[in-house]
Amino acid sequence: MLIKRASDIASSEITPENLYHNRREFIKTASAVLGIAAAGAILPACTNSAVSGMTQSKPKGKYDTDEKPTPYEDVTHYNNYYEFGIDKADPAANSGKFKPTPWTVSVEGMVKKPASYSLDDLLKGLTPEERVYRMRCVEAWSMVIPWTGVPLAALIAKLEPTPAAKYVEFKTIMRPDEMPGQRPSIFGSGLHWPYTEGLRMDEAMNPLALLVTGVYGKPALAQNGAPMRLVTPWKYGFKGVKSIVKIRFTDKQPLTAWNEAAPQEYGFFANVNPQVDHPRWSQASERRIGEFYKRRTLMFNGYADQVAQMYSGMDLRKSY
Amino acid sequence: MPKFNRWWIFKPAVFVVCLVPMAWLVWDIFAGNLSANPIEDIRNRTGIWTLRFLMITLSVTPLRRIIGWSSLIRFRRMLGLFAFFYAFVHFITYIWLDQAFAWDEIVKDMISKRPFILSGVASFVLLIPLAITSTKKWIGRLGGKRWQMIHRLIYLSAGLGVLHYYWRVKLDIARPLAYGAVLAVLLGLRVTVAAVYDRRPVGAHRAPLQ
Repeated sequence: MLIKRASDIASSEITPENLYHNRREFIKTASAVLGIAAAGAILPACTNSAVSGMTQSKPKGKYDTDEKPTPYEDVTHYNNYYEFGIDKADPAANSGKFKPTPWTVSVEGMVKKPASYSLDDLLKGLTPEERVYRMRCVEAWSMVIPWTGVPLAALIAKLEPTPAAKYVEFKTIMRPDEMPGQRPSIFGSGLHWPYTEGLRMDEAMNPLALLVTGVYGKPALAQNGAPMRLVTPWKYGFKGVKSIVKIRFTDKQPLTAWNEAAPQEYGFFANVNPQVDHPRWSQASERRIGEFYKRRTLMFNGYADQVAQMYSGMDLRKSY
Repeated sequence: MPKFNRWWIFKPAVFVVCLVPMAWLVWDIFAGNLSANPIEDIRNRTGIWTLRFLMITLSVTPLRRIIGWSSLIRFRRMLGLFAFFYAFVHFITYIWLDQAFAWDEIVKDMISKRPFILSGVASFVLLIPLAITSTKKWIGRLGGKRWQMIHRLIYLSAGLGVLHYYWRVKLDIARPLAYGAVLAVLLGLRVTVAAVYDRRPVGAHRAPLQ
């Protein structure tokens, strides 16, 4: 399904794909002149060339960052979506067979109306919004992505969970025929399928939590989690479960995919936190895709004002 | 059995072949074929080629003894130096492109509880004395036995390299484990073949197994 605002911006306006190509062009030209030793000097320059070309045709929303969005080409060709393979280029390359329509989402557990909905019915009556969010991967790289989606809180309000529900659990679709990464293989990801994620109810009700159906004003592509995925920008990217087919309300903390596979490395909360390192690498800084120098990672990925109060009194070293 | 009698022709050819992964990488950099995170790509590719060249270098001795291609020894130093070359580029990529000479971050990476960076740095550092003492002059200076002892450090370096790779991936450990298995086989062969051959007189080394 396609959710569009009346005043949809053509993606070419936001992401100057021509500038993206210019960047590559620039690398070629500059490097021919300066030689390989100049590579370090070239990369930061490309970033600047893209910045100057940005046009912002939409007024900045309450939750939008005004940072430069990552080019669409990069947002759609540098992905972690292990159901399509473990390399970053795999999701774009291996998702050709994936069919995002028709789509059914099953709503289960502690909810007034447990039922199966077509995606259209599920989102009916909810107003899609465009939000430009930072996205910080647990692997210490980041992007800025213009998403289109509905606030998760609005959907939850519509579904009416019972007061006993403390958590909401999401599951990705299981389709080994269309998702080669779900087939058994020793060179696989090591995760158990279907991919499971979850949020505490107050996290799910936070206005930042978005159920995304579009990227850059276009319907989301398979590699970005079509037709509907979760986006929680204050958490590491792996919390953003993709191609959701199951939403379950429960009173127990869900066993999430990465937490199950490596509990000492990936917690249930997975809040972006520069002070709590991954056991094997630092989380203090990150590389913004397209930039040369690393930048400091911000607490809650820069969304502390919106989310920090949910974790007051919690030891974030223990609840990582 | 190829004798590589004209090894002075083969040597430049092997040299050029060993440069292909580097040339291919440089091509991809400037043709814009790398991903949205080119520094990560450069890091990954130079790292994996370091491991591959270490394995290739380590397979020379077992191959010449099992298959009987004694002349292969003529390429061993060059292959080892290429392993060092790729390790050096990999190391510089980390120091320069990845960390941009942020020494405080680099030191933190190494001495904190994370062994991932430390194992990689140790693997590289161990190769430095081997590269320096790879000349005939140094073999003479150290004496064959002692030189050989020192150069067995390559197994330690390769082991640390595999460990570094193992710690780098998330849960997809099959590829690092495959490199570990290859290294284990090479080390196993080295030990068993050495047990059979190293006691024999020099001339016997030329004979193929069986």
